[in-house]
Amino acid sequence: MHKLLTDEPGKKTFLLGNEAIARGAVEAGIAFASTYPGTPSSELSLNFFQMSKESDLYFEYSTNEKVALEVSAAAANCGVRSMAVMKHVGLNVASDALMTLAYVGVKGGMVVLTADDPFMFSSQNEQDNRYYAKISGLPMLEPSSVAEAKEMVGYAFELSEQLAEPVLFRTTTRINHSTGVVQFGKIRAPKTKGNFTKDPLNLVTVPAVSRKLHVKLLEHYDQAMALAEKTPYNFIEGQGVWGIVCNGVSYGYVTDAVKELNLTDRVRILRLGFSHPIPEQMVKKFVGECEKVLIVEEGEPYMEESIKALAQEAGLTLPIRGKGSDLFTRLYEYNPSQVRDVISRYFGVEDRTPAPVDVSDVPELPQRPPTLCAGCSHRATFYEVRKATEGMETIFPTDIGCYTLGLLPPLSAADFLICMGSSVGTAAGFSKVTDKKVVAFIGDSTFFHSGIPGLVNAVFNNHNLTLIILDNGTTAMTGHQPHPGVDMKQLDMDGYGQVSIEAVVRAVGVPHVTVIKPYKVQKSIEAIKEAVNFKGVSVVISQETCALYARALKLPKKKPFAVGDKCKNHKDCINSLACPAFYIWEDRVKIDATLCTGCAVCAQICPERAIVPAKLSS
Amino acid sequence: MEPTRLIIVAVGGQGNLLASSVLGEAALIADIPVRMSEIHGMAQRGGVVESALVFGDARSTIISDGEADILVGFEPAETLRALSKCNKDSVVVTNTAPLMPFTVNIGQGRYPDLAELQRLIREKTARLIAFNATSLAKEAGNVLAVNMVLLGSLIQTGVLPLSTDHVKEAMKRKTKQAFLDSNLKAFQMGYDAAAQAA
Repeated sequence: MHKLLTDEPGKKTFLLGNEAIARGAVEAGIAFASTYPGTPSSELSLNFFQMSKESDLYFEYSTNEKVALEVSAAAANCGVRSMAVMKHVGLNVASDALMTLAYVGVKGGMVVLTADDPFMFSSQNEQDNRYYAKISGLPMLEPSSVAEAKEMVGYAFELSEQLAEPVLFRTTTRINHSTGVVQFGKIRAPKTKGNFTKDPLNLVTVPAVSRKLHVKLLEHYDQAMALAEKTPYNFIEGQGVWGIVCNGVSYGYVTDAVKELNLTDRVRILRLGFSHPIPEQMVKKFVGECEKVLIVEEGEPYMEESIKALAQEAGLTLPIRGKGSDLFTRLYEYNPSQVRDVISRYFGVEDRTPAPVDVSDVPELPQRPPTLCAGCSHRATFYEVRKATEGMETIFPTDIGCYTLGLLPPLSAADFLICMGSSVGTAAGFSKVTDKKVVAFIGDSTFFHSGIPGLVNAVFNNHNLTLIILDNGTTAMTGHQPHPGVDMKQLDMDGYGQVSIEAVVRAVGVPHVTVIKPYKVQKSIEAIKEAVNFKGVSVVISQETCALYARALKLPKKKPFAVGDKCKNHKDCINSLACPAFYIWEDRVKIDATLCTGCAVCAQICPERAIVPAKLSS
Repeated sequence: MEPTRLIIVAVGGQGNLLASSVLGEAALIADIPVRMSEIHGMAQRGGVVESALVFGDARSTIISDGEADILVGFEPAETLRALSKCNKDSVVVTNTAPLMPFTVNIGQGRYPDLAELQRLIREKTARLIAFNATSLAKEAGNVLAVNMVLLGSLIQTGVLPLSTDHVKEAMKRKTKQAFLDSNLKAFQMGYDAAAQAA
């Protein structure tokens, strides 16, 4: 049985934040979940996926976050408890659905999980998604620890049903990817079948209906604020005339700092866990009892803006600070000593914690940048595109996935990236205003997510571009989740359809389509040459299973290669491919047989044909 | 209980996350509060994996520069890279067997001199335990047991509020049955290596 389905109330276990949230949802009787994978939320969905195979939970990997949100919104409108899970930038994609879902509301509890990524451990920006609560008018919950996250998810479902609105559940990487001790509670039996009652005058958002629904949303907002004033998730602790307001993981850093600085008798803390709508009376009372207030929140001055406005309304003139060059930054994630340092300086107390060792005399250390795996088919395709476009002036718009790592030399196959699906959309603009050859790269999962509209646009507007679809048969970057092009029978799962990328590309009317096997170097280069010389839209689908995924699927292994006697040591292989299976030993190129996957790409580009199957060379 | 802070650094694939989860389980068995945080997004693609474990009464799950009571490095250059997590009272345990970064393999960047690396760490911290954990793991019959060797050394230092029994019990629960014997052997060899280094 899946460990999160165990019906042992009271059991304590050490869980990842994402597992704790999944367990909280199970205890709350979740019956329906949907997602598009994205770090740091991916393990949450993975657990739903696993549990759905052995319980009544319905789970799906949807094609993108907007679809995921819509699918769950419909389930919730039939009274079924549902959850849509995504990373912070995923909510941008889903935001169109979210804004008006707030007007329509829900019948069964619906939680929209947004996992923010301060510091951008694995994201393209560090936007602060708390503003989505403000712009949508929806209630928002923010846990401060793994254990609290589990409890709070249960409350989120109740709150959603109480207000008849979806609830935003906002985490940050340090909640999703922290591990803590969690105590299991009782599992509520899920209600898996819903009932839809036709009610177009409340559910079909034509202008006349929406004018009425916006009034209802504002009423729900007022009710939500009244609940935020009373909820145990907003609390005040400690005593003193110095005040600190905090949320999320900052609460842990603040309480540790207050203890270490011996300020427990002098500082009172307001922790906001039900943070939108902000509990106005609670905040005004708290601020009114302080002489000086510090706001500790990663990201934007979200609480700070509200709290300053509320203090103004209440006629309070005490210092209230948060962001500023002398205090907290809007950049990156915070850490305990940074928070301790600002608290000590703001309130004028001494910080006596030990200083870090001086590392100024430590020599510069070689970096370990993440790199495409040994035998990664993307490396082969990038090499082949570079060869096929030699002598051409090129622009390579890229997209989001492992292949973004192609930006580094020697592959240097990434010139522009803003978001999921942007490769093909931006390629159109580049091709129109420059005379350069534009070759865009997109992964298979990203193509389904948001690449198709850009491709349709390119066909309709007759842009001159080549799109290389890197089809490695899985959503590799986030941990090998399936996508609509995947053969689910490979995963022993029945009842799924399968969408052919080639059929889609041909169906939208792309005039030049080729499919290549990137491990066949010469043939691929020739096919790419033809595609890039075609005037108009051309698509090359490069098909080869992700090397890591192939290993996970236990597909037959190929024999490793080695550098043999014919090597003249000009190092073309290592210099043009930079496969991590290569290493230099006494100025000679060697291949690490434990890393080599036997893709044989280097063997094909060696002018001496010196790279041969390992057994033959020894 | 006063908090104790541990940083573990490793290269993707060295089993850092399993070691951390054994320690978390051991704390659960010992009924000691514990929280852990890890960054592992790109681990499978050759990156560095860092785990932070905070035992005792604290709420933070990450560890700032200067806050680590003990630093365990599975790879010597990574130990040195993480040195700013330490203060003058910190204890450091490191494997001395390098895993060459790919950048060095292709001629970009130089790997630090191992004697100099140890000198720097020893000079700046309270205590350094450095030995070849990779060869001990091989001796124990499982080259992948570097993580268990270093767990043994970590427990021997006595810095963490965990006993050998707690950790061995956690190993039984968290590691694969087929490897349990070699893992327990590796743990003991690491424990003894640290005792000899004292």
